[in-house]
This record gives sequence, structure tokens and C-alpha cells, in this order.
Amino acid sequence: MSNDMHSKTISELAIGLRNGDFSSEELTRSYLDRINASQERLNAFITVTDEQAMKQAQAADQRITAGDSGILTGIPIAHKDIFCTDGVRTSCGSKMLDPFIAPYDAKVIENFQNDGAVMLGKTNMDEFAMGSSNETSFYGAVKNPWALDAVPGGSSGGSAAAVAARIAPGATGTDTGGSIRQPAALCGITGIKPTYGRVSRYGMIAYASSLDQAGPMAASAEDCAMMLQVMAGFDKRDSTSSERDVPDYSADLSKDLSGMKIGLPKEYFGEGLDGDVAKVIETAIDEYKKLGAEVVEISLPNTHMAVPTYYVVAPAECSSNLSRMDGVRFGHRCEDPKDLEDLYKRSRGEGFGTEVKRRILIGAYALSSGYYDAYYLKAQRVRNLISEDFKQAFEKVDLIMGPTTPTPAFNLGEKSDDPLAMYLADIYTIAVNLAGLPGMSLPAGFVNDRPIGLQLIGNYFEESRLLNAGYKFQQATDWHQKIPGEFA
Amino acid sequence: MALEKKDVEAIAHLARVAIDEADVEDYAESLSNILGLADQLNSVDTDGVTPMAHPMHMVQRLRADEVSETNQREHLQEHAPAVERGLFLVPQVID
Repeated sequence: MSNDMHSKTISELAIGLRNGDFSSEELTRSYLDRINASQERLNAFITVTDEQAMKQAQAADQRITAGDSGILTGIPIAHKDIFCTDGVRTSCGSKMLDPFIAPYDAKVIENFQNDGAVMLGKTNMDEFAMGSSNETSFYGAVKNPWALDAVPGGSSGGSAAAVAARIAPGATGTDTGGSIRQPAALCGITGIKPTYGRVSRYGMIAYASSLDQAGPMAASAEDCAMMLQVMAGFDKRDSTSSERDVPDYSADLSKDLSGMKIGLPKEYFGEGLDGDVAKVIETAIDEYKKLGAEVVEISLPNTHMAVPTYYVVAPAECSSNLSRMDGVRFGHRCEDPKDLEDLYKRSRGEGFGTEVKRRILIGAYALSSGYYDAYYLKAQRVRNLISEDFKQAFEKVDLIMGPTTPTPAFNLGEKSDDPLAMYLADIYTIAVNLAGLPGMSLPAGFVNDRPIGLQLIGNYFEESRLLNAGYKFQQATDWHQKIPGEFA
Repeated sequence: MALEKKDVEAIAHLARVAIDEADVEDYAESLSNILGLADQLNSVDTDGVTPMAHPMHMVQRLRADEVSETNQREHLQEHAPAVERGLFLVPQVID
């Protein structure tokens, strides 16, 4: 057994397991040790499931010996604490669900289990996935492995930090307005938000149901393809799950990019974009030209309306979804309620943090009598225009590229008192959720020693094309192989 | 749209969320700022544009009205805040 297992990709680990170079038990133990050794510095996990992980690893080893391996059999994976895990605390980063032991598994968790993957634990996240810095978590902020005074991004900040520090070879995330892509960019890893409906939302605690989508986060596009293969598919228990067949995501990874047409939206390179970030993105685009792609300028004229649209639609849906947290059936309940209304109000007032309350209140207001047309309906109309922009663009190009975020990772505390400044961290990612398209972030370089992400946006259900473009880029560059010094 | 303290209190009541008296002012300010952001939507002409509820304009999938779930009452109530004889307990509602 070698002690450099953590520097291997999932695909390399899968080969090692099959060849008997090491067992899943050895591999899982080594990752659990790395998690426990880094917890104080990174705070990437809310719950580490040591015992359960070792049992799953033993079972995986038996499957491997019996020649009954799936794609990820024996591979340790960390799950965002938004996915319900039977018998394990599922907090969603909130005091409200701190006492919540999920009574069933999310479909995504079930899929990983059936494939034989090992669950390392539940990763830290912004409370109910509402945040872009992981600072709204009840369990404290996650630190960016590249700079411990910087945020890892959010809301899947724990998952991103875990993969970046190689304390997990892969992790699940969810993305409502950028929550996979933005932390992937800020932590220097690869993350993909699939097309809306591609991965089941069953058992994934809902934030904004028409936008929420789960996806993989890992070091490379190749690893994301393997994970997405396990995650994707129709589920009758999710009413918006797609019935389309799932393609083999690894089949087209090395397809030649000659003739691929890439669109650069001029709105993604204008005011607000950090100059040094722009240079990194331009260099990455040049790499694609070398790979044979043709690059053209396009326009997505309603881009500036994405953030305002999102901050009506998402809070409206969240105020409805989070009404189930009422202190009656599960989760936090206040002490000595004097009547039912007091029970509701104080349980919710104590259980939710400031940002979650803010969004619930905005949503309740936007949906209230007399304001519904002015806010919610208006936002849904603008959403249609944003979606139309993409439709027209994809008549001309195969892929859209630009920066994932306007700046590198900001410092802890820098934006936590200014919600609007925080919201702008997702300026390039939000429109993708509003349209329901697949998007991806690839590590593309550094500014001031902090990672920068290149965003790729594809047409509906074209995850294979994104993964192909990601893989080819990673064959030509080594940004995805960089590991922060302290965790190397 | 600027919200005043009494507006915040009214919305908090609608949403059944207790807000500390000392924080109401802060909420009034941050919520007003967010609504200011939302007001930018008014600069867009949306006459004749259909509201978009689903990215693929999918309609609700229906299923046959058949029992598909088993009764797991005890399992589901294991971690409830207060339960008695299979019922969730809340403060008395009717005198």
C-alpha cells in the first residue's frame, strides 16, 4: 500500500482497487484519517461516519473480490449534508435540523450505495444552501484549503474544500444559483451542475424546487463523468425528473474538439470582472483554440437581469418549501410554547439563521396578496427572456464559456454583512439555473495564489459535451492536478 | 420599495417567524435593498411574455391513484419533538 493514495483521481483509484493494489478498507481508512486530521483547520465536515464507512468498505471489498464491481465500488465519497441519509443526522447546515436523523435515503445516496461507493460523511454547507461563502452554516464557516483566511465559496463549500484538500476523492453538491460551480471555482476543482431534471431531487432538502439540481464535484472531468453516471437517471419519486435515457458519460471524453464552436458572451467580460481573472480566462480560451475550437463573440442581453430575477424566484420558492419546518414533526422546537402560533414562530425564529430568515421574508412578501403579479409573475416572465437568450445562442454555438466568478475567493467576513455584495458572487452562474441548462467549472489558473474557474455552459442534456471539453482541456493543462501545499 | 418596521413585522407574522425586536430595523434595511434589486425587473418590457415555471416547460406528470407507500408511522415519529400514542403533540388549540 502506498501513502500517496490521496493524490490519485477516482479513475486511478478504481483501477488500483480492481488490481488489488490496495483495498477499499485501506483506502477508506486513509481518507478518514485525512478528514479527522484536517477538521480543525478546514471544518469541511458536519458529520464523519467512520464506523459506517468502514462497514461499507468491507462490503465493497467483498464485491470487488467477487468480480461484482460497479463504477465506484469501494471509492470513498463525501455527501453534502443536504441529502437525506437514513439513520444519519441530516442538518442542511441549520440549527433547525441539527436534531434531524433522516428516516430514509435520498435517491442520490441510494444510487451511490447500490453502486458500492463508500460514504465518508456529510459535508458542511451554507444553511439550507443559501449563501455563496459557506459562512451561513450553523456549524461555522469552512476554510478554503488554498488560503485559510478565504472562503471556499458556497453553498457546497464543504464538498469543494474536501475535494481540494484531497480529504475526499469526490463529493456531491447541489446547485440552485451556482452552489456547485462557484465553490468548485474558488477551490480549484471540477464541478458540474447537470440539466434540470437529470438527477433526482428525491430526498434532497428543497430550497428552490424549480432551480435545484444535484451534481458531482471532483478533481477532474473524467471523475465527474464517473460520478454523474451513478447519480443521473429517471426517478418516479421526483415529479420533475427527466425520462430521457442516460448516455455513457465516459464514452466521448477524448473526442476531438476540432470544429467545436465556442461562444463568449460579451456580457460576461464587462464591468465587474476582475482584470486578472479575465486574463486567466482568456488564456484558457486560447488553449481551446489550440485544441481546434472556433471562438465567436455572442450576446446574452438579459444577463444583468439574472440576479434580480433569482432573488424573487428563489426566495418565493424557499418561503414555501421551508414552511414544513414548523417545530411539530421534526427538527428544532422552542421551549415551553404558550400556544400553537408561539410554537411555530419561536421554533422557526430560533431554528433559522439570519440569511434564511431574510429569504423567507422576501419570499413571503413577493407571494403575498397584492404583490404576486408585481414580483413573482414579473420575475417568471423575465426568466423566460433569459432562457430565450440561451436558446438563440445555442443556434449558433455548441458551448458557451466565460468566468465562473468575477473575482478569486474573497476573505472570510469580507461580504458577510452585505447581502447584495454576496449575491453578486453568483452573477455568472445564476442565469444557467434559471434556464435549467447544464454548467461546469474547470480549474483554469490562479490569481494571488487563489484558484480561478472557467465556466462552460451547454445546451439541454449535453453533459457529455461539457465533460468532453473539460477532459480535453485537462489533458492539455495541469491546473486540476494542483494540490494546496499544506494538504499535498 | 422601502419597507418600514411595521411591514417587516407584518411579513414575519405571515411567515410565522419570530424576529427579535432589536433586529427588525436591520431586516427592514436589508429587505428593502433586496426589493430594490427586484425592482430593476421593471425596466424590462415583458408584454406578451409567458411566465416560465419550468425550464423544459414540462407539465406535471401524473400517476395512478394507488397506494405505493407502506405505513412507517413509528419510524417517522422516532425523532419528532413530542409524540404520544402515535400522534404529534402541540399546545392545546381548542379549549
